[in-house]
Amino acid sequence: MELPELRRQARDIVDDPTLTFRQRMHRLATLAENSLEPPEVSAACAEALDKRIICDMYEGNAPHRPRYLLPDYATLLRHGSAFLELGPATDLDEALTTLLIGYSQVPSITGYPVWLGDLDALLEPYVEGVSDEELHRRLRLFWISLDRMFPDAFTHANLGPDDSRVGRMALRLERELLQVVPNLSLKVDPERTPDDYVRDAVETVFACGKPHFVNHPMMVGDLGPAYGVVSCYNSLVAGGGSHTLTRLNLREVALRHEGERTSFLDELLPRYVELTAELMEARIRHLVEEARFFEHSWLVTDGLLHLDRYAAMFGVYGLAEAVSIVLEHEGVDARYGHDDVADELALQILTRVHELVAARPMPYCEGNGGRAFLHSQSGIDSDVGVTAGCRIPVGDEPDLLRHLRTITPNHALFPAGISDVLAFDDTARRNPDAVVDVIRGAFRTGMRDVTFNLDSNDFIRITGYLVRKSDLARIEQGARHDSTFLGAGSVAQSHVDRRAPKRIVAHEIDAGPAR
Amino acid sequence: MRSTPVRLADVIPFSWVDGPGNRFVVFVQGCSFDCLACHNPETIAPSGPAARVSSTGELLEQIRVAEPYLSGVTVSGGEATGQWRFVRDLFAEVRADPQLARLTTYVDSNGHALPRVWDALLPVTDGFMIDLKALDPEVHRRLTGRGNELVLDSIRYLHGQGRLHEVRLLLVPGYNDSPDQLARTAAWLAALDPRLRVVVIGFRRHGVRPEHQHLPEATPELIEDARRALAAAGLGAVVTV
Repeated sequence: MELPELRRQARDIVDDPTLTFRQRMHRLATLAENSLEPPEVSAACAEALDKRIICDMYEGNAPHRPRYLLPDYATLLRHGSAFLELGPATDLDEALTTLLIGYSQVPSITGYPVWLGDLDALLEPYVEGVSDEELHRRLRLFWISLDRMFPDAFTHANLGPDDSRVGRMALRLERELLQVVPNLSLKVDPERTPDDYVRDAVETVFACGKPHFVNHPMMVGDLGPAYGVVSCYNSLVAGGGSHTLTRLNLREVALRHEGERTSFLDELLPRYVELTAELMEARIRHLVEEARFFEHSWLVTDGLLHLDRYAAMFGVYGLAEAVSIVLEHEGVDARYGHDDVADELALQILTRVHELVAARPMPYCEGNGGRAFLHSQSGIDSDVGVTAGCRIPVGDEPDLLRHLRTITPNHALFPAGISDVLAFDDTARRNPDAVVDVIRGAFRTGMRDVTFNLDSNDFIRITGYLVRKSDLARIEQGARHDSTFLGAGSVAQSHVDRRAPKRIVAHEIDAGPAR
Repeated sequence: MRSTPVRLADVIPFSWVDGPGNRFVVFVQGCSFDCLACHNPETIAPSGPAARVSSTGELLEQIRVAEPYLSGVTVSGGEATGQWRFVRDLFAEVRADPQLARLTTYVDSNGHALPRVWDALLPVTDGFMIDLKALDPEVHRRLTGRGNELVLDSIRYLHGQGRLHEVRLLLVPGYNDSPDQLARTAAWLAALDPRLRVVVIGFRRHGVRPEHQHLPEATPELIEDARRALAAAGLGAVVTV
């Protein structure tokens, strides 16, 4: 970037009346970072990035902190921190304060922590002897602090799989406070999570679109017992994280395809998977070897973060479009989510990408045996004409059973998360047990994670994070949550507010007695 | 394998309004009543343009596909008991199938059936949801074309057998919504069992035949009045829709 352009952009940021002080400061820092040359890559890789066939998620030109950090907050509570001059937490007040202090010192791309930990497991040791009323009062203040101090919908807390007082109180507070932050996931284990707890969570979804539901045994199988769900449904090893997320636009790859399916699978995909991996490797090396994050961060020196639990995330998106394009070359007119032939090709493409990513060594990814994790990337605000991750295009979603049967086989391939959003209409409110049935069934059949969106509350799920419709309506005057700006872009570009709701029953027989 | 035929109006793999949880629902064709307020009048005649013949074997295949996500299977209609041999065989086959045995079986019925029909269904049915269109026989006749003696007997009988899941009241303004009728209906149900689950549904015009489109829809106030009347009689499990 030339200096006059840099100065012009800096001036625009400083003069923007809709930005808060902190938002200006963060944007100025990003601008400064991007005035540096990006990590060096081959000409082919640079060209693919320039054409946005591959994408660095605009993380910045000089990676100096990992994209996703999952600090071991239990260690912080148990042993304190030399860097923060904190001793071990001995009661609930100390635990809550220690966590807030810790969170404020956790870096990320947005500047706010993307993971707040397994809050129920972290806090349960401190709530014995604390009355329900006291627990409500203190957790309420903590919950309000999270939303006001970390105004970013990617900030994500986890609950479950065991039922707990803290977990129940967290769900109650979600229903009472209707905040954007924290984003929330409930880990569900058929052996450990009672129906009643899942139902409580479903009723919380009715109020505020949270939590997201996660198949605990499947995650443990892929990531080990210590894992977290962070930001927009990225599942990663706790005590570690992901250096970077680079993604491959399958639609763009398909647009360069001609002829037989085999040439797509065996020539084009390997070429572009390698270019994505090259970009990823360059960024990881910059972070670890040039910026030397893991040699100076307090999180590492205090034992909350471990380089050997790190990996990187290889994202894909635009599956739906890629499938149609490749089939078109075979003279077949078919749509993902509607035609078996399309669903089968989708799985074939993803299986191939999975093989390729699993075969590509990646430095500093000991958290996954020296390989990147495959992730279904759920989109960013500037995506146009391309469907997030492996989702069925917005507005084109089929009936619920078909929807589930299309997406479920893909989930095993994505240990780092694949968030499919199911839009329900208000019928669900009258029968939360039916939603519990769908969640149980989804996990029984091998879905990894699942999210519901209900049109009738103030929340709309964008890619994986939530914004309030009432905040979107006021966006021209600015927004306290950084993520609301991104949400406004996604609504304008991708119409995520028009997901086809699942009516479940035809209106004719909606009224009960079918006579 | 033996497979029992059925005249079918429709099948829905997931329904959230036909019993507990998420249910696969079979709507059979043909009904013994001819209700003014029917939302699916095309299912009343013994056969219709959209009706088709299917079988327990065919339906079992479809249920297996949806099974992981289901609490159970409901047969509705039309009138389920109009083809009770099919219902009995379908449920027996569901229970005998290793993959499907965990599913619950429910019947959604107008209640106009003889005890021997219930006796045939009871061994394979977990719950019955019965409509009570009106307590007053004359009102019942005006609404449905038939009296309600069998319906009241059925409600009592199924309750006695411990399988009455719920009684449904469809409020049709001008017919069965007078305070006096509501109070007597509430008293009758409460005398049967104060813990009985009672679902109050307000009449809506959607789907109703053109000649009955003049019927007024139930207002939220009316539904609330009914809920209060039922609660006042001591019924503890009243749900309004």
